This record gives sequence, C-alpha cells and structure tokens, in this order.
Amino acid sequence: MQQNHALLRVEDLVLYFRTTQGAVQAVDGVTFDLGYREAVVIVGESGCGKTSLAKAILRLLPRNVDAYSGHVYLDGTDVMSLGDEEFRRQVRWVKMSLVPQAAMNSLNPVLKVGDQVAEPMMVHSAVKKDKALTQARTMFQRVGVPVDFLNRYAFELSGGMRQRVAIAMALTTVPDLVILDEPTSALDVLTQANIFNLLKRIKQDLEISFILITHDIATSSELADRVAVMYAGQIVEVSDAYRFFTEPLHPYSQKLMASVPRLRGDQEPEFITGQPPSLIDLPPGCRFAPRCPSRFEQCKEDPPMVEAHRHQVKCWLYA
Amino acid sequence: MPVEVKNEVLLSIQNLHVWFELRRWGFGHAGYVQAVDGVSFDLRQGEAIGIVGESGCGKTTLMKTILGLCQPTRGEISFKGIELSTKGSREMKFYRSQVGYVQQDPYGALPPFMNVRRILEEPMIINGMKSQAEREQRIRSVLEEVKMTPVENFVTKFPHMLSGGQQQRVVIARAMILEPKLIVADEPVSMLDASVRVEILRLLRRLQASHDLAVIYITHDLSTVRYFSERIFVMYAGKLVEKAKVNELLRDPRHPYTHALLTATSDPDAENAATFKDVPPGEPPSLINPPLGCRFHPRCHHVIERLCDVKEPPDFEVEPEHFTACWLYR
Repeated sequence: MQQNHALLRVEDLVLYFRTTQGAVQAVDGVTFDLGYREAVVIVGESGCGKTSLAKAILRLLPRNVDAYSGHVYLDGTDVMSLGDEEFRRQVRWVKMSLVPQAAMNSLNPVLKVGDQVAEPMMVHSAVKKDKALTQARTMFQRVGVPVDFLNRYAFELSGGMRQRVAIAMALTTVPDLVILDEPTSALDVLTQANIFNLLKRIKQDLEISFILITHDIATSSELADRVAVMYAGQIVEVSDAYRFFTEPLHPYSQKLMASVPRLRGDQEPEFITGQPPSLIDLPPGCRFAPRCPSRFEQCKEDPPMVEAHRHQVKCWLYA
Repeated sequence: MPVEVKNEVLLSIQNLHVWFELRRWGFGHAGYVQAVDGVSFDLRQGEAIGIVGESGCGKTTLMKTILGLCQPTRGEISFKGIELSTKGSREMKFYRSQVGYVQQDPYGALPPFMNVRRILEEPMIINGMKSQAEREQRIRSVLEEVKMTPVENFVTKFPHMLSGGQQQRVVIARAMILEPKLIVADEPVSMLDASVRVEILRLLRRLQASHDLAVIYITHDLSTVRYFSERIFVMYAGKLVEKAKVNELLRDPRHPYTHALLTATSDPDAENAATFKDVPPGEPPSLINPPLGCRFHPRCHHVIERLCDVKEPPDFEVEPEHFTACWLYR
C-alpha cells in the first residue's frame, strides 16, 4: 500500500497474553493504515481485543505478554524496532498519545488537573513549569474547560469536564496521532455530543489524526472517516465511513449495524445469536462462522482479506 | 390527567417531592438536595413507560421512592388506590413482592456467593413459600421464560460463570419470580453489548405482554426507549418536563430540552462526521440550589426574559395527552 501517504501503518500486529488457561490471542495479525488528518474508528464488542490493539500500538504492555510482534510504521519509520526507552522518548506522547478508557477516572486524585496537563510537556519538551502551565491554560481554552479549573482537583469536576481534561492531556504535546479509547461511553447524551463537537473541531484546527475505539456504532459515525470492524482479535472489514454505513459487507458488520436501535427510521433492531468465541480457544477457520447466517463449506478455512466493492473484507463470500 | 376507562390505574404518583437534607453544621441548616421535585403521573395496568433523563436528574431517586427505598418528603404514591405511607410493614412487604426491580449492572446486582437456584429461591423463602417442590417448579418455569435453558445447566452456576447477557436474564428472572404486577427497570441494557441489548429488551417486552405487566423503564438512551414503551416522560433536574406518547414525542418534541436530547442522539450515518451538533451550552444544574423559574432556562435558546427565569412553568397540554412544562406553550 502507499506507505508514503500513511501516517500510521500497522502490519500484522500480534499481541498474546499468557494466562493459566493458555494464551489469550487478543490481537491476532491486525493490519490497517491511517492517513494524515484522518480518523479511523475501530468498532467491536467487548472482549474483541480493541483496547489491547490500542495498548499494542502504544506499547503499553502488562507483564504477562506471551507474544508481541509485527510492524508499526509511524511516518515511515518502524517504531517496533526502537528500544523501550527510545520509544518512550521519541514516540509515546510525542507522536502518539492516548485518552484511556474511563479517562475521567484515570486522572490522579491528588494532583491539580492543571499540573497533570502540564506534566507531559515538562517531561517531553523539557519546558519549565510556568511555561508548561501557560501552555496548559491555552489547551484548557481549546477543549472548553474554564481556565480557573487549572487549580482544581479531579473530584471537583463533572464527568464531562474530566473527560475534556483527559483530552487536553493527550493534546498538550501536539502529537500527530491521538488514540481515543471509548471516550464517551460513560457520559450523558448531551455531554457526548459536546465532546464529539470538540473532537471534530480539534481535528480540523490542529490537523491531528484519530483512532477512535468504541463499541457504539451510532456515535462512532460522528467522527469516522473510515471504519474498521474487529471481531475476536482480528479486523474483519475496513472501508470508508460512507460505504460502511450505507452498505456493510461482512456478515458480522451487517449484523452489528442491524443491532443498533435507531431514533429515526423504523427498522426493528435485531440481535446476533450466540456469543463471541473465547480468545483462548478460537474456532478454526473464520472466527465468525459459528454465528454466521451465510456460512458454507469454505468457512472452515481462514479467509483472506480481500478487496470487494472498495471495502476490504475478510470473508469467503467475497473471495 | 385523563385516564382511560378500560385500564385501571396501577400506580399513581401525585406531586411527589423527594428531598435529601444536607449535613448540618452546628445549628445551621445547609439546605436540601431536591432530587425529585413535584413529579406526577399515572401508570396503568399493563402499560410500559420510559423515563428519560441524564445522570443526576433524579430518575434513580424517583425509582427508589417507587420501590419504597426512599421516603417521599411531600406528595404521595398509591398502588392500586392505597397510599404507600399508610401501609404497615406487612403490607409493605406484600407491596415489594408486587414490584420487581431490574438493576443496571447485573454483575453487581447478583450476590457472588450464591448460585442461580439460591438467588431465585431467596425471595420465595422470604415471602413464605414453604414447599421446596413448589419453589423448584417456579424456578424452572421462570428460567424457561427468560430462555435460560436447559435449566439444569444454569441453576448450579454462580454469577461469574455467566456472560453479561445471561446475568441480566437471571436478574430479570429474580424480578419476575414472585409474579409482580410492576417491573422497574433501571438502565437494564446500558452495561451490555449492542448485539445482546436488543435480545434483553425483546425479552422484557415479551414478558410485559404475556403477563400484562406494567413496566417503568428508566434510561438515558432515547433510541432504545422507542422500541419499548408506549409513553415517554422526559426528566430534567428533578422535574418531568415533557410527557407524551412515544411516536408523538419523537415526531414533534415540544420542550427545548427534549429537542436537544433528540438532536444529540446519533444514528449510524456517515453524514454525522461533517456536521456539528447544536447542543445547549453548560451542564445540568446542581439540585441543591436549582435555578429559579424553569430549571432549563440558563441553557435554553428560547428563554423569555422575566418569565422563564422567575416563574416555574406548569404543565401545558399542547395536544391531547401531550404535556410540556414550558412557557413557550402558554
């Protein structure tokens, strides 16, 4: 693929965890790329490995890693070949940052939020504290938090404000890429809409790329340029947002779209029978086959990722 | 509110206030959290209603008061014509057996040290069902109703051995076990994945129809409520600001807050990414010192000076059975 045009290219990324029951294949051969100023949404149900994918890209790994391999090209350089210390100095929070899941609860309760937003700059850009705080102040204005909140503690802020602070923290070093892990799932509808307005504005103004990880397809459409559907540790479909939302191809994507209750329009939502497989004991061949309405003989083998109607689909129906 | 003759009113709430007193300092008095402030509605036998509102709007307090877990400060709740506060402890126990409760977080709602049989048996023991065989029979029929079959495989399981959807089915089975007349479901699907969500909502709806249950469905998600209930009540800062039939509310929302909620709710559509949403600024008010007048006025685009910020709007009936508490419709 056009490696020169991609900001991020993830190639065959693998992340397994060791447990007493066996290896958990959380991320199993994920490949996708992300252009400059582009937002790609990774959707999937809980337990499909989408958070692990974010952790794998940022190399925020727990101790029980069983296998970690593949390539992550950022701006053309393979950051997987960097040592841990180099990665921390050159990549994490400098070029890529993360708004973690339940970010509102991930703020440090004993530090003022202003100091927390200033900290990445002091660490990575060797900026003095007063200058970092000034920068934090402008960042607060950008994300719509009143500047006098700089001196407050996390518990003094509402959920929506804490989420904004977490976004400010990810933005202070002006990275090229921000990974948002379920940024709005714990928030109310109006706050959710506000946060998405904010993210859209940041995307326009700061020319930042986003990876948005979510289980909520309806709100994901607020930011998506492209959509990648993840199922049982693998990406099963990638396509641009317009094509995906009008005509998803993979049977799982179709089922997922049909399960979304809609406010406008009268389709009855459907549910997907069965349960996602355990990531320890995966079915051979296509992982969705046991639940798939259109499975046939060939689904016993692992389907390749193929190009169909300008989507990329991992399904024998289109091979 | 006009009541249809064919269905009797099961639960009637009149001018309900639930206030919590703040901690006193010395002899002083710090004020009240006005969690529910003047809520009235009637619920008919076999009817499903949805109460929609953001977190902190008082919907959980309203629910707890209906369940008899909070005491009303003012106003009354009557069940089948008898007021709750006049009930003695024995009558209250019977009332609680008539009202099932489906919690938001199924895993948190199930005791981790009890297996499914024990969880379902306990309410029956408490309510004096002595015969072991009868209880076993009831457990079996309830589990079959919530589609946990074969029953033998599930009765010995502990909550952590079940998936999220199955846990929620056990919670529903527990709510149903005493054959209640009313089910209160507090965000029953918000912790579940999209694909399971629909399954659980359908199950609830089927139970509602087959047992002629009244259901109060409390949620913040307007897109699921339309598949479930006949009427929607929109709650904001302790008050019901709009009450209407589902389709009418979705087609023609009157209160500016309802309007904002509808605008903010997304459907999966690629066009969304290109547009900014018109969201009211600010956040819901503190319930300790709520704004004077209409509680939504500081965030409202249509505020009428010297009216909305001074005087509280009453319910206006804009269409038959469509009420809204907004001065725009005076």
